[in-house]
Amino acid sequence: MEYGFTTAAYVVAAVLFILSLGGLSGQESAKRAVWYGIVGMALAIVATLIGPGAGLWGLSLVLIALGGVIGWQAAVRVQMTQMPELVAAMHSLVGLAAVFVGFNADFEILRVAAMDDTAKAALEGFAALVAKKTPVEINILKVELSLGIFIGAVTFTGSVIAYGKLAGKVDSAARKLPGGHMLNAAAAIGSILMLALYLGGAGSWTLFVMALLAFFIGYHLIMGIGGADMPVVVSMLNSYSGWAAAAIGFSLGNDLLIVVGALVGSSGAILSYIMCKAMNRSFISVILGGFGGAQGPAAEIEGEQIAIDAEGVAAALNEADSVIIVPGYGMAVAQAQNAVSELTKKLRGQGKEVRFAIHPVAGRLPGHMNVLLAEARVPYDIVLEMDEINEDFPETDVVIVIGSNDIVNPAAQDDPNSPIAGMPVLEVWKAKQVFVSKRGQGAGYSGIENPLFFKENTRMFYGDAKQSVDKLLALID
Amino acid sequence: MKIGAPKEVAKGEARVALTPDSALQLQKLGYDCAIETGAGTAAGFSDAAYEEAGVEIVKTPAALWKAADIVAKVQPPTETEAKRLTKGKTLISFFWPAQNEELLELCRSKGASVIAMDMVPRISRAQKMDALSSMANIAGYRAVIEAGNNFGRFFTGQVTAAGKVPPAKVLVIGAGVAGLAAIGTATSLGAVVRAFDVRPEVAEQIESMGAEFLMLDFSDDMSGEGGYAKPASPEFIEKEMELFRAQAPEVDIVITTALIPGKPAPKLWPEEMVRLMKRGSVIVDLAAEKGGNCDLTVPDEKIETENGVTIVGYTDFPSRMATQSSTLYATNIRHMMTDLTPEKDGTPVHDMEDDVIRGATVTHAGEITYPPPPPKVQAIAKAPRKEAPKELTPEEKRAEELAAFKAQTKRQVGLLAIGAAAILAAGLVAPASFMQHFIVFVLSVFVGFQVIWNVSHSLHTPLMAITNAISSIIILGALMQIGSTSLLVTILAAVSVFMAGINIFGGFLVTRRMLAMFQKS
Repeated sequence: MEYGFTTAAYVVAAVLFILSLGGLSGQESAKRAVWYGIVGMALAIVATLIGPGAGLWGLSLVLIALGGVIGWQAAVRVQMTQMPELVAAMHSLVGLAAVFVGFNADFEILRVAAMDDTAKAALEGFAALVAKKTPVEINILKVELSLGIFIGAVTFTGSVIAYGKLAGKVDSAARKLPGGHMLNAAAAIGSILMLALYLGGAGSWTLFVMALLAFFIGYHLIMGIGGADMPVVVSMLNSYSGWAAAAIGFSLGNDLLIVVGALVGSSGAILSYIMCKAMNRSFISVILGGFGGAQGPAAEIEGEQIAIDAEGVAAALNEADSVIIVPGYGMAVAQAQNAVSELTKKLRGQGKEVRFAIHPVAGRLPGHMNVLLAEARVPYDIVLEMDEINEDFPETDVVIVIGSNDIVNPAAQDDPNSPIAGMPVLEVWKAKQVFVSKRGQGAGYSGIENPLFFKENTRMFYGDAKQSVDKLLALID
Repeated sequence: MKIGAPKEVAKGEARVALTPDSALQLQKLGYDCAIETGAGTAAGFSDAAYEEAGVEIVKTPAALWKAADIVAKVQPPTETEAKRLTKGKTLISFFWPAQNEELLELCRSKGASVIAMDMVPRISRAQKMDALSSMANIAGYRAVIEAGNNFGRFFTGQVTAAGKVPPAKVLVIGAGVAGLAAIGTATSLGAVVRAFDVRPEVAEQIESMGAEFLMLDFSDDMSGEGGYAKPASPEFIEKEMELFRAQAPEVDIVITTALIPGKPAPKLWPEEMVRLMKRGSVIVDLAAEKGGNCDLTVPDEKIETENGVTIVGYTDFPSRMATQSSTLYATNIRHMMTDLTPEKDGTPVHDMEDDVIRGATVTHAGEITYPPPPPKVQAIAKAPRKEAPKELTPEEKRAEELAAFKAQTKRQVGLLAIGAAAILAAGLVAPASFMQHFIVFVLSVFVGFQVIWNVSHSLHTPLMAITNAISSIIILGALMQIGSTSLLVTILAAVSVFMAGINIFGGFLVTRRMLAMFQKS
């Protein structure tokens, strides 16, 4: 049975998906792009349901609807600050689904192999596909589905841990079991061994063992990565979920799965690359966890952190003509984005130039800050990237740093011994005055002292970011 | 304990060490305050204002010196005043211990503690009590105002109906606190300001104040300890003079602020330069007290040279703005008292372990504690000398571009060759059905890379949400399997369909929600 119609629908769906990703190049076209994605997905599912997936289609529809309700609820209720958690949680679903589908493929192979020719002829859907395969093809199929299971399993536990860390349910510090990466390496070698055994005909248990090993790798790998590296982790998991889908697509002989898997996989890979570049670290060093030790004694910082109260900051803001706000994860934690937006509105109302400077790795998800500010109704054309705004700091009267630390650390440029040396940073210290809203005197995530806080033109505005900004609001006339 | 401020006895000194404002703050530290009658009049603070702030007015100097446990002054004490000190009393004032050894000995013999405001180490922590800086700031400002007063033209350039006025050109020599203040004042008046300093690390500060830094092409590092400059070598001075010679005929106003601690002021503006200057130009020499940076400066006086250049040699710039300088100086003293009174109980504690207090204390407990050990931290970190990036000739640039292009081509061709070889090798073993899918896969990866590079940074989160949503395409696999006759397969497939369903709806909806929020101003 050939599904000419299904294939045609898949082609259209694939084009729609590509357009949907391409549309994200601009804020306006993006609104259209989502619809392309939705239509593409609907088309793909309908085409499959009337084509190769026709068995039990009623049950399928009910399940999709049920899942849809839950997904709907989650999407409507989620706070924008929780976006990283939601994305991580959803990756885990894709990972687990890939594992299940992979196992199913294996079961079907076994089942079909046990049948005689007449039974095979009566098969439908995926089983019918398997039945037509030659032994070489079956072997390739086995490799593909093992890959799908392996990547899917890593994605699943990895995403669960990432979710836990982002939601604060798991300690966000980097943790490793004794043995560190040797354990991961051992598990990876074990997985390859299991693959070899499986191809040799050792049975389904090898797949189970491999899945368990992959579960462990996912868990242990992500446990060893600290909170601020989460942008890389989440985009990496995003990439993995794509590759898993592509691998499953190979084993099912479904081109649409392959196309979409490859799209998602390369998208995640590019995001990870961009994030790594923004931190001036190699992908390997992020994944293998933690900051490396400093290459020498860090330069000593002199001076003291000078505190300032809301009145002082407000006075400076009232006098300033140009203001740049640098938000970081601390703003998300304190849910201060609405207060910041209010402040922006007030200052802009007075004819001051207010802009936002966003470092690529600010927050816990690529583009996290942009989404938060958009939620708080900050117009996106005053929210600028690091490269667009770094030149403008010397002409800026006041910079307010809200809950960010390492991304404004001058040590990255001045101190070759600093662990973050060479990382591109926002050069806020070149502005006339810098106010740092920060909860306390501690060092940042990386544990690196920030000489910015000791600079002569820096004043520390201690306190919870939201309360601090609220206090400011009352004082700006 | 009682803090008292006598009337300054030095001639022309209008400042006072205690203001009504600072008195209120000192009272919060647990001190009583007293002031000699009329001490603040010259600075614009009446006895009534003091009384209102809860300050006791004392009629005579003698009574004040007797009543106060801590005496706050501006100028160093005279001999008469110093003799009034007794054991246990503390004196806070400018003291210049290096130049006033006899006075220092006298104070020691009286058993009093002396805190010299001029000895406060120049480190960041002590800035709030650094009276030299706050006075220098005023001097720098006032220098520009005095210059303007004696200069017959506008500072700012104007094009008016009555003709075009060029902006005044100001040269500031020495970019310490006074120099920077002068630069700031002159630029805000609209003048074109150039500044020179022997320490290359201040270039950034100069430029931040809006002046042009005159760079001297010389490799010696001239930074000394404590934020001051070292004396220069003859070769260096020769280069420097060359630079000034070029500037002298051009500039209208010269403000010199160069000082080297414990030495007479360096002669940076010899007679030769003055002769080169235009008629009507003004020189303000802030180093006049230490002999002046200009050869012709007469301390405390304003003179006019034969070629019509006015040289202002006043040494009392801060005192000429007594209200402002008293306010700042009194605040400096108040900060010093805050550090001296950690318990806020009105009792000073001389913590000789503290870098700042140790540095400023010159006599204590019957001993001379001057000079202090050098401060542990440097005032301004010396900047490493930066190599100017070499200007490339067009040919070199061209060659470089060509080389980069070649390297890139090589790399790309290499990668392509390796990739093609790998795919061909796979094609030899793998069956045709696999290769068909493989082509689709490779092409999709390519398309993916091309498309994703164009996604704007700010939309990365929506991108992740949408890729997440479409990665639930895995549902197709589950749908194909759900019709299986094996129950286990059906169950697993059903669970997968369910999970993917969550993902599809959740992913797309949340993306839409996010994108709807992005709006233009």
